[in-house]
Order: sequence, then C-alpha cells, then structure tokens
Amino acid sequence: MSAVFDVAGVTKSFGGLTVNRDVSMRLAEGDRVALIGPNGAGKTTFVNLVTGHLAPDAGRIVLAGEDITRLDTVARVTRGLVRTFQVTRLFADMTPADHVVMTLLRRMGKATRILARFGGDSAANDEAYEILEALGLRDTMRRKVGEIAYGQQRLVELAIALAHRPKVLLLDEPAAGVASSDVPRIEQALENLPPTLAVLMIDHDMDLVMRFARRVAVLVAGELVFDGAPADVARDAQVRAAYLGSYGHVRRDA
Amino acid sequence: MTMRHTPLSDAARGAWPAYKRDAVGILVVLAGGIAGYFLFPDSLALLTRIVSIALLVLSLDLVVGFCGVATLGHAALYGIGAYAAGIVCLRAGITDPFLLVLIGAAAGAVAGIVMGAVLLRTHGLPQLVLSIAFVQLVQEGANKASAYTGGSDGLAGMMPAPIFGVFAFDLWGRSAYLFAIFLLVVVLMILAIVARSPFAMLCRGAKEDPVRVEALGVAIRPELLRMYAISGAIAGVGGALGMLATQVVGLDGVSFELSANSLVMLALGGVGSLYGALGGTVVFMMVEHMVAAINPFHWMTVIGGLMIGVVLVAPRGLAGAVDDIKRRSETRR
Repeated sequence: MSAVFDVAGVTKSFGGLTVNRDVSMRLAEGDRVALIGPNGAGKTTFVNLVTGHLAPDAGRIVLAGEDITRLDTVARVTRGLVRTFQVTRLFADMTPADHVVMTLLRRMGKATRILARFGGDSAANDEAYEILEALGLRDTMRRKVGEIAYGQQRLVELAIALAHRPKVLLLDEPAAGVASSDVPRIEQALENLPPTLAVLMIDHDMDLVMRFARRVAVLVAGELVFDGAPADVARDAQVRAAYLGSYGHVRRDA
Repeated sequence: MTMRHTPLSDAARGAWPAYKRDAVGILVVLAGGIAGYFLFPDSLALLTRIVSIALLVLSLDLVVGFCGVATLGHAALYGIGAYAAGIVCLRAGITDPFLLVLIGAAAGAVAGIVMGAVLLRTHGLPQLVLSIAFVQLVQEGANKASAYTGGSDGLAGMMPAPIFGVFAFDLWGRSAYLFAIFLLVVVLMILAIVARSPFAMLCRGAKEDPVRVEALGVAIRPELLRMYAISGAIAGVGGALGMLATQVVGLDGVSFELSANSLVMLALGGVGSLYGALGGTVVFMMVEHMVAAINPFHWMTVIGGLMIGVVLVAPRGLAGAVDDIKRRSETRR
C-alpha cells in the first residue's frame, strides 16, 4: 500500500547529542502504529520533528506525496497532519463546543472571519454536535473546559483532532493522567477513529499499546530498533535489552 | 443536566449568544448618554472627555483583554490619532468632523500595526518594557517635531467645521458631546460584532495558548496584528474626538501617564468585557473629578484606595462583580 505519511532518515542533534538518528517510518491509510521507547529515547523530539516544532538536520518528511520537511506547524495542520497533546492544551474558559466549532471553521476557511458571528454557522454547529455526541460529550459540551473532568478533556482533544478530518493523526499519550475508570471511554473512542485514518500513537502504557496498535515501533537512544507486529515486540532481544536498561548493547552499528 | 434529546438544530440554535443582547447593552449606553446630556448640562465637557478616554480604554481592552498583550503604552495610539486629526485640520484645511475622525482612525490603525509588530515579538515583562519605550519615543518624537505638533506648547487653533454644517463645536460643548455619544455607539456596535466573531475567539485562544492555536492550523501573528490595527483605529477615534472637543492636542495625549491610567480604568471595570471597560472609565474619571475638586493634590490616593478595594473584593473588576451577582441570584432562584 502506498504510504500516506513517510518519514525518511530523520536526524536531529542538540549540540553533540544526537536525539534522533536516521529514524524512518511509513504509515499507510488505516495504519494503527504505536511508537514506544524508554524515557529519554527521543520520542518527544520525534513528535516535534514531525509536527514542525523542530527542523531536522537531515531526512525528509512526506505527507500524501508532498514534501513537508520545510513547512511550519500551521501548514502541516492545514494539510492534514494533526496531533493531540500529551497534557491537554485547551482553552479553560471555552466550552468543548467552542473548541470543535473553532476547528471546523478553520477547516472551512472561516476561522478568521471578523464580521461573522461565532456559532452562527449552522453547518459547523451541526457537525460539532455530531462529533461531540459520538464521543459521549453531549452533556458537557456547553460547560467550560476548565470545569469538566480530565478524562473528558482528553476526549475534547480527540474531538478537535477529528474535526480537522486529518489524513495522519498523532496521538501523544492519549490516556495519560486519566482516571483508570475513564480509560475505557478513551479506548473506545480510539477504536472508533475513522478506519482509513493513519494513526501514530506515542505512549508507554503497554496495555493501551497492545490493544490499540497493529504495529509497534520502538525507539531506543534515538534509533528505531524495532518495527513490527505487537506480538513480536516482547520477544525482540534489542527491545528487551533496552527496557532492562543496557543501552550499550542495543546500538546497531551502522 | 438534561438527558432529553433535542433535535440537532435546536442544540445549535441559541447556543451562542446572539447580537440581541449586545443591542440591549448599546441601547442602555445610548439612553445613559442622552440622559447625561439633560442631567448634567454644565458638565458636558467632562462627559465628552470621559467618552473620549472610554474609547481609548475600549481599544486597550481589545489588545489586553482579548489578546493578552501587556502594555503600558497604549495612549501612543490615542495621541497619534489626535495629532493626525489636528495636523490635518490645521494644515490641510480638512475641517469636516467625520472626515477628521476617520483620519484619526486611520492614523491610529497604522500606528497600531507598527506598535503591534514591535510588541508582539515578546511576551510578559519585556513586552511591558517595550510598550513603555514605545510611548516615550512617540512622546519625545512629538516634542521634537514641534513644527508640526507645537511641541510642549501643544497644537492649537484647529477650527473644525460644524457637524453637517449646522451644529458648531461651541463653548457649551453640546454638539461635541452628542457627537461623542454617536461615535461611542458606533464603536460599540462595531466592537459587538468583532467581539463575537470567530476572529475574536482565535485571539482569546492565543491569549491563553498560542501553541494550541497554531495546532488548530491558524497562523496567529497576523490575526493579533489585525486586532492591533482595529484597536489602534478605535484609540485614534478617541484621540480625534478629544481634539475636536477641546481643539487642543498636547503631549499628555501620548503620555505614559495616560497609558497607565487607562490600564487602571480597564482593570477597575474588568478586563475582557467591553462594558466593563466603559464602566471602569466612567467610575475612574468621575471619582477623579469629584475628589480633585475637594483636594486637587491627593485625588490619586483615593483612586489608589479604590483600586486596592476592587482588587481585593472583585478581582475581575466591576464587570466581573456584576456577573457574580447575576449568577448568584440565578442559582438562588
């Protein structure tokens, strides 16, 4: 299958420290890939390279056939590369409905209108309502985000992501900090993501990863040491070694 | 919390406040303005000055309350509007008040874009310092360019034409005051639309988390600059109105002191609320006027005490206090 998202040989160093070395990853439509790795493996740097917050020293990032390596965050989002945040970044004084409508207006090219009334676009309102109801946020959609439970805030992050109608969705620890009783709701929401959407989840919650991912990539000390079926992850010697802490042995000599 | 399932469009309709509420608010302001005309016929000059400064505070609210910019230099835009209208009136012979207000607005907008381009490069304390530097530079520039601005003597001798060629800017300030109320209502109407727009929501979002706004796929810098231009235009209208009403433009119009006072008025009224900005200006200037009449040397002490009281009792300003009272009475019901 042709890749909708192709990260090819991306490298990033800070001073003398190489945090991502020659990382490559391809996602096709409908892929559910999890990127895991111990703390300090370079996952966050990878996310920042992919989203455009950092520029790679080498390598290319291609989205749906277009080289986006030099594009900024905004340009990547408008082309369909969307992320959620590890710690929710929502506007505390606004409601879930506000967030989703704002996103929909952006997608429709109406977000910067000055003579229109926010909430006056019934197409956007109806779609926002559908998205929020599908995520079970019907009763909280009119409350301020700052006043709703954290698990629900996570769902709002997902609602925003869906409103973008992305081609590629980057989920940065989508269940982090959520009360365990609310995790099933998040998992259900992840299961209900559009089947053709390519999803890359960054997480270290192995339960969630194993349930969600159909492919797992492992980043250790800035290098991708494994990319394959979830069932094989635990058997892989390099991955085991990495999680046991002996980084020195997992370095593949290039 | 309702479990009843309403049809889709019902939930969408009426969910976000319509303009109707703003129309009521503006009518109240209009009624209050007209009442002021009849109740205080001897204080129209003061009332006109209040409206003029209120426009500055409203304009300040757009960048502080909606965009989260920290500025102690906003009077620069007000003063530039006043000087532009004054200089054009004096030198180019343009005397139509409406045209002069538009010129003030245009000058304010241009100055707003310049000021925004400088201030939006930083945040917080550096931004505050830059804003002070900006207004000081403008003031010093106005002082030095005395050939155009009259320097420390100020600009005088402007002879604006009567409104519609009939209502002259007379000694009693009746025309000026009614003109001021007209401008205030027009500005409030424009701001009601702007404040409820998707654009204003983006600015409010950027105030809280610019990274989030960019992740929504919107480049926020141009939007904030746009808000600065609108803000500058409104401050410029206020300045031009001040010029028309007093027929004098002085260096105090582009001063740090006026900038700081306008921020105090905004905090007093409530940041982020247009009616708060208006109320804060009225209260501040009324108190200033009354206390200064009793003791011209210590009026600032009273303002200071008032300010401390407001911060302690109603940290979100008068508008926030009104909101709280309204909410409390609603929940009690």
